[in-house]
Amino acid sequence: MSGSGTAIERRPGIIRLAMRLRRTQIGVGLAGFLVLVALLGPFVAPYGSTEFVEMPNTRNAPGTVFGTDYFGQDVLSRFLFGGRSILLLAASATAIGLVLGASLGLLAAYNRGRLDEWIMRVLDVILSFPQVLLSLLVISMFGPSRVLIALTVGFSTTPRIARVIRGAAVPVVERDFVAAAEAIGEPRRRILFSEVLPNVTSSLLVEANLRLTYSVGLIAALAFLGFTPSPNAANWGLMIQENRNALTVQPWGVLLPTLALALLTIGTGLIGDGLSRVSAGIDRSGDRG
Amino acid sequence: MADGLAIRGLRLEVARTGDDIVDEVDLTVAPGEVLGLVGESGSGKTTVGLAVLGHARRGVRIAGGSISIGSTDVLGLGAEERRSIRGRLVSYVPQDPSSSLNPALRIGLQLREVLEAHDFGGSDEARRARVAEMMAEVLLPGDDEFLARYPHQLSGGQQQRVALAMAFACRPSVIVLDEPTTGLDVSTQEHVLATVRSLARAHSVAALYITHDLAVVAARPDRLAVMYAGRVVEQGTMREIFTGAAHPYTRHLVAAAPDIAGGRQIVGLPGRAPQPGARPTGCSFALRCELAEDRCRGAFPEPVAISGSHAARCVRVREVPSSTLAQPARAAARGRGDVVLEVAGLDAGYQGRTVVHGVDLVLRRGECLALVGESGSGKTTVSRSIGGLLREWTGTVTFRGEALGRTSRDRSVAQRLGIQYVFQNPYGSLNPRRTVRDSIARPLQIAGASEDEADASVLDVLSKVALPASYANKFPDQLSGGERQRVAVARALVSKPDVLICDEITSALDVLVQAAIVDLLADLRRDLGLAMLFVTHNLPLVRSIADEVAVMSAGRIVEAGPAMEVIDRPREDYTRRLIAATPSIERALA
Repeated sequence: MSGSGTAIERRPGIIRLAMRLRRTQIGVGLAGFLVLVALLGPFVAPYGSTEFVEMPNTRNAPGTVFGTDYFGQDVLSRFLFGGRSILLLAASATAIGLVLGASLGLLAAYNRGRLDEWIMRVLDVILSFPQVLLSLLVISMFGPSRVLIALTVGFSTTPRIARVIRGAAVPVVERDFVAAAEAIGEPRRRILFSEVLPNVTSSLLVEANLRLTYSVGLIAALAFLGFTPSPNAANWGLMIQENRNALTVQPWGVLLPTLALALLTIGTGLIGDGLSRVSAGIDRSGDRG
Repeated sequence: MADGLAIRGLRLEVARTGDDIVDEVDLTVAPGEVLGLVGESGSGKTTVGLAVLGHARRGVRIAGGSISIGSTDVLGLGAEERRSIRGRLVSYVPQDPSSSLNPALRIGLQLREVLEAHDFGGSDEARRARVAEMMAEVLLPGDDEFLARYPHQLSGGQQQRVALAMAFACRPSVIVLDEPTTGLDVSTQEHVLATVRSLARAHSVAALYITHDLAVVAARPDRLAVMYAGRVVEQGTMREIFTGAAHPYTRHLVAAAPDIAGGRQIVGLPGRAPQPGARPTGCSFALRCELAEDRCRGAFPEPVAISGSHAARCVRVREVPSSTLAQPARAAARGRGDVVLEVAGLDAGYQGRTVVHGVDLVLRRGECLALVGESGSGKTTVSRSIGGLLREWTGTVTFRGEALGRTSRDRSVAQRLGIQYVFQNPYGSLNPRRTVRDSIARPLQIAGASEDEADASVLDVLSKVALPASYANKFPDQLSGGERQRVAVARALVSKPDVLICDEITSALDVLVQAAIVDLLADLRRDLGLAMLFVTHNLPLVRSIADEVAVMSAGRIVEAGPAMEVIDRPREDYTRRLIAATPSIERALA
């Protein structure tokens, strides 16, 4: 009778509870739609991402839906190609930030005292630099490669995640089941990741969502400033920058990527809001007496 | 009745589902009288207490009945009028004074606030004089220096006295005391209780005294009402309840309460009270009652009068007192076993401050040693040092002839598994994200057992702690407090330890559950030859469980010896005072 024994009634998890809220449903709808656009866009785009189609900045060029951009490329196709790299970069940056931040946060919470002080003060120093500035500094020094962008953005979100996870883990570490694990000699790594971590998943989930939202914005902003892995490839942030001079003549080149970024961040923001609302309730119910 | 409190047919229900939380509650309290309202957690006693103030918790609706204080119909008032009677006509003393007093305000200001809110006393001087008078009534200094203190500068007992002073400030007609002494040391409890009683007498206040602790209630109230699953099942004078309980539930409650004066063995009762929404149509105690018959399951029995003051809601009232509850005598002490654990010259503390000085203890196989003391006496520090959960200690702890390292990481696997620790709070000692099976199996996995061996052992210990095998797949939040504590004991037993350290393991549990856990521990000790270190502040419990006792005060052991001898013939003053302050039903009745 191991694991797969009788099915027992479980309290619905944080995700299922959050999905009952209207705000989360709207958020999932918005974010889900844009993720689909970004991932599947390249397969349905009528033209290539750098293909010359018509005269530049033509609003109703034949064969196009939204006209052409500053370079005579199809706006719709650029748009459909332009989400994937932002999204993938943001996702990997968030993942890096989560793994690092959660590990440091748990380590600090569990080893109260000198190690805690060291970790948190070093992170405070990083935190005192604005995230954009820090990313700009590193990327302008070493060049905008894909890996470097993901790493830099990931590192710059680490301190925030670490703080939140440490805060959530401190009361968990004080609870007796952690002492019980210590008493039987459970290894430290296991105490952190299999006793404490499962009890801070709701904070982790909320934080992951929030950091993803910010990372999308940050990476788009870097692209807007010209820091993209390849300067010609379509990219929502870059599109806004390229086409903003022709805003009055051909607004679509700016409007489409702006709308996409706005709706994506509103969507993930709503999901995060729903998650944090239900997690406040869940965390309380586990901790009576 | 001109004054006092009268509750008639009170019903409160869950607003969303309409399930009854409390129903058919009839209580009257005369001016100057103290009525004890006794029940387990979840029996609805606090819900009734709050309803007297016209208040219901969020999600709870007052669905019927009436509550009158003198000529005021509380439930007939609007929200604003209800607020105005609180503090003036009826006041409330909550359980935990440290969280009910505002930590940012000086106590003098908080006391004056109450008076000002109700325009009591015409002028500032009159109010100042009233504050001084109130402080004198609760036996606290009323000088400016004391009134300028913040709540954290007072002891727990003083805080509770301030809360009492606030409650009595505007001379209310009714006062509701919700477990006002839980969490206080016995000697402090005693003083707070005496104050409540004399104030109620002196000012003709009707007092509703809510508690789960029968022994506390024994010395105080004039009458008792016992609640079970949202209904008052028995009412009577203290003597009637304790010597002639007419409801089977009350009888179990009395039998489960440990008493320092008696030689009684406490008796537990398995099962748990049905929750709102899951209550049967008939008597809600029928499911656990050994006297239940078919007619108990039809409708909830009406109150049957036994005497003018005594009534119970049971169809078999006449037969209940004559039936016996088995009270097995304590097993005679067998020959003393070998020494398994020896503590010598233990000093321990936190952050450089030593709180335990020179403690020596000897624990023998099959023996239960109770370590008793008031909060702050250092008993938990001792047990944590032995358990390897504390870094800062010196001295020697010898286990099976080998000196132990300080923390669990300095000890061998066999040593770690040979001494097992059960924690006070079963709500905190089990990881909420792990199944019962996974929690129990961990010590075995650390020792290198295979999954199949672990499964077999888990089932084996579950049966030892009297839990069904189906509980293996449950999560802690699906279990009651008593069941969780059984799981915690099972986890401690799974590695077949020689020594079990029980740190206040019953203090978060109701008496019936406590008695059941104590039964269980006695069986385990007998069957497995376990040595137990039972840490507790509950002196009466020592009588039911321990062979040997060591009494701690201010970090030192002041007296040690065979449990019965120490309790019946204490040699030290401290022990004598502790025993005298411990409330006792039998002493109160004698």
